[in-house]
Amino acid sequence: MNFSELFKLSGLLGRFSPDGKCLASCVQHRLVVRDASTLQILHLYTCTDQIQYIEWSSDSQFILCAMYKRGLVQVWSLEQPDWHCRIDEGSAGLVASCWSPDGRHILNTTEFHLRITVWSLCTKSVSYIKYPKACQQGVAFTKDGRYMAVAERRDCKDFISIFVCRNWQLLRHFDTETQDLFGIEWAPNGCVLAAWDTCLEYKVLLYSLDGRLLSSYRAYEWPLGIKSIAWSPSSQFLAIGSFDEKVRILNHVTWKKITELEHPAVITNKKTIVYKEVEKSPTLGTERLSFPPTRALASSLFSTQSKYDICQVPVSLNYIKPVADKANPKVGIGMLAFSADNCFLATKNDNIPNAVWIWDIRKLKLAVVLEQLYSIQCFQWDPCQPRLAVCTGSSRVYLWSPAGCVVVKVPGEGDFQIVSLSWHSSGDSMLLLSKDHFCVCYLEREEVK
Amino acid sequence: MGDWRTVTVPLLSSDSKNIFPYTSERKSPASMSSEVLRLSLPSAKSMHSFFSAFCTEENIEQSISYIDRELTTMGFPSIYAESKGKELDLVSMVNCMNELLVLQHKNLRAQEEIEIQHLKLGSDMDHLQNCYTKLKEQLELSKREIVGLQERDRQLQSKNRNLHQLLKNEKDEVQKLQNVISSRATQYNHDMKRKEREYNKLKERLHQLVMNKKDKKLAMEVLNYVGRADGKRGAWRTDKTEARNEEEMYKVLLSDYEQRQKQLLLENTELKKVLQQMKKDIISLLPPQKQKPKERSEDGPVLSDQEEDIGELNKENMWELSCETVREQLTNSIRKQWRMLKNHVEKLDNQVSRGHSGALNEKDVISREDHELETGKLELEIQQCKEMIRTQQQLLQQQLTCDDDTTLLLQDCYLLEERERLQEEWRLFREQKRNFEKERKSFTEAAIRLGLERKAFEEDRGAWLKHQFLSMTADCKSENSTTPSAFLRSADTDLRLARSASQQKRPPSVLSTTASPEPCQISQYITQNSVASEKPAADYLPNLWVGSDGKEETEECTKTWEDSGLDTLCRNLHMEQLP
Repeated sequence: MNFSELFKLSGLLGRFSPDGKCLASCVQHRLVVRDASTLQILHLYTCTDQIQYIEWSSDSQFILCAMYKRGLVQVWSLEQPDWHCRIDEGSAGLVASCWSPDGRHILNTTEFHLRITVWSLCTKSVSYIKYPKACQQGVAFTKDGRYMAVAERRDCKDFISIFVCRNWQLLRHFDTETQDLFGIEWAPNGCVLAAWDTCLEYKVLLYSLDGRLLSSYRAYEWPLGIKSIAWSPSSQFLAIGSFDEKVRILNHVTWKKITELEHPAVITNKKTIVYKEVEKSPTLGTERLSFPPTRALASSLFSTQSKYDICQVPVSLNYIKPVADKANPKVGIGMLAFSADNCFLATKNDNIPNAVWIWDIRKLKLAVVLEQLYSIQCFQWDPCQPRLAVCTGSSRVYLWSPAGCVVVKVPGEGDFQIVSLSWHSSGDSMLLLSKDHFCVCYLEREEVK
Repeated sequence: MGDWRTVTVPLLSSDSKNIFPYTSERKSPASMSSEVLRLSLPSAKSMHSFFSAFCTEENIEQSISYIDRELTTMGFPSIYAESKGKELDLVSMVNCMNELLVLQHKNLRAQEEIEIQHLKLGSDMDHLQNCYTKLKEQLELSKREIVGLQERDRQLQSKNRNLHQLLKNEKDEVQKLQNVISSRATQYNHDMKRKEREYNKLKERLHQLVMNKKDKKLAMEVLNYVGRADGKRGAWRTDKTEARNEEEMYKVLLSDYEQRQKQLLLENTELKKVLQQMKKDIISLLPPQKQKPKERSEDGPVLSDQEEDIGELNKENMWELSCETVREQLTNSIRKQWRMLKNHVEKLDNQVSRGHSGALNEKDVISREDHELETGKLELEIQQCKEMIRTQQQLLQQQLTCDDDTTLLLQDCYLLEERERLQEEWRLFREQKRNFEKERKSFTEAAIRLGLERKAFEEDRGAWLKHQFLSMTADCKSENSTTPSAFLRSADTDLRLARSASQQKRPPSVLSTTASPEPCQISQYITQNSVASEKPAADYLPNLWVGSDGKEETEECTKTWEDSGLDTLCRNLHMEQLP
């Protein structure tokens, strides 16, 4: 495992291009595009203001830079560095901007969710989508980029519109049986749309592409409901994390619950492996780390200051009692993600913030719990294999795979607090982001099984 | 005459006080008459006795006639010789006297008996009264207890009622709160809607404002328009494109469903394969079991036909024919075979368990532990029986002491029933005892045999030691003379000594294969038991009936005890105590 030097960064804006060739990063109002492998600067673009959001187009040709404060979007081309596009939303303001899947349209959401403006880079046409709903996940594209679902709110009722992305034609428009629709998410196969209600009510609705209601699921009535949702890459499972500290998994045939994954503070199952991160003196070697890249690590990272210990069950995890009288309590499953091969599900229970729970989906059992020293900031699965990268706001990155897990300290002086990370599409490298720096972590290929 | 006098005299003397009033009473008519006579016939010398006063020189005739009259009224023959008129018939008079005397003695004896009975009854009465008072006390106590319990019950009930009330109140409260919540929720929703409407209006207004302002800023500056990613030009929006969109959408859906169906088909075939394999395995597992159902199915030829069909189907490409009927048949056959397999496995299990028990039974010899265990069990049973009898007796007693006459009669019936039951139990008990006796006998026999063998062994040992000693002395003699073989010899003797020691250490075990620590002692005390068994029988009799109060019952029971060979039982008991 190798690390690049630290580069400057602002606003956690660092992205690998979809084709994996380039790496875009922002420093204040400058956009830097580097070669993903050599990290040599390929292009340097200067925007009019501090960049708040960047996004690569799907074909990696363009980069969108949004400056919400100014209501401005600037688009840069990689092929033609002197080409540029500037979209001003004017007095309507701007709160969100994104590419359409074809990479030729930009969807801007204006302030107060008055409308979504669809700007075309090919023609002069501008389209509006009215009444978009102000919610967490109001726009969703299918994975193949053919369809877009938009949550709408008209006349105090929730609706979903499905558009064909190619010509922005409305395909279906239907109302949903929700109190206050909170989010929508396409299944990876693009045929089922999951829509869930606000956390006041536990309700998941599953719609077919043609607008039929396939099923609705409701686990309980009164307490706070859904907090997060994730589809498995195979579209077979829908995992629903809720405020009652449970994940419920629905199947794609009957849309009934398969299992309920509880997140207790005490792990008693003997078959669960609990890795606990412990601080250790730097004199101890790293030979005992079980992950494959151990040897390389031992040579390059002698100063690793923490390691994983395997705890004997029962283990009680660090549990934070949620404050009852505050809104959005820190309780329940806030993050969940399936591994690329559908075999594992990683979850985080917000009131046990230091632990990542890794579930074996084939057995529907808790396989591993990683208990960290600090609270989990972000985790992401390797897009190619069952390998989970975790960061906790320290200068260490944690990797878990079925073979074991490992702690790696990013070398170099100074405090490099990793708060976010993202995998390269090949799974060979990782972008580690802190508040004002980033570095790339290269995992050696031969050690990848 | 002399006989009964010797018997009666001590009795009279002992109970003279008691008897006296009776006798005086019984004699009252006579004394009365004598009094009358005395009044009518004043006597000169009334010194000796009653009788002397009754008859004097003067009134002898009258006395005789009076006596005659009395006698005749009592059914005796007249003392007058009838033929000779007023002449006394001495013989008959003596006879009468004798008879009177006999009568007197008889009466006395009867009286004694009655007195004894009276005494008995008196003591019975006392006892019963005691019992009665005791029971009354008990009754009182239990009544008090009942009252206490009732009070507690009442209290608990009231508590329960209170709790119920509380629960109800709580439920009401919950209901109320739920109503409050729902009303608030509806109110909240209503307000939300109102606000949202306002907000929507505002949004609309804002939108209009933003759009109408001719916002110069709202624009897109592009250096030059870029081509589409797919290189095509944007199409016009027409009905055609709409239809095409629909078509494409359905295509997507269709392909998804097709894919899913393919997956399911694959899964199905896999499962079918597994099923097939399982079926084959089951069939191969039970070839003998397979015969039976076939025989059975021969009664119903349709069934067998079906089975054959299925068999054929199995051989052929079964999973191609996944229609309903075939599936049903398949599942049925599988189910049947599975049941057979289950039965088979269960049977095997039974066999295994039976084999296990059979292995245990193979050892015909009853080990000592088993024996002891058995005796312990029997003793326990005896104890239990005794307990039961005692309780029954107590119950009977209690029933008897009841003062109500009618219930007494009724209870007599129960008593009889009870007695019958008791006897039944006794019979069972006797049977058990007999078995026990048998076992004991075998045990003692074994012990005797052991003793004999031991004796024989001792004798052998004695003989052998003697021989050894003799030979040793001979050796010593020879040792003095022949030194070269000394080492060898000594080794030999050592060996022998060791052997004898080991033999001494290991006592002969005849009774059981398992090494018993002191079989000799056992045999000793067994013989002791058999000798001393007669005596303790009597000693243990009262012990058995401690606490039994009813006299009649004890008599009855002791009889039965004696009938049932009490001595043997007591011997057993004795033996039980000895170890």
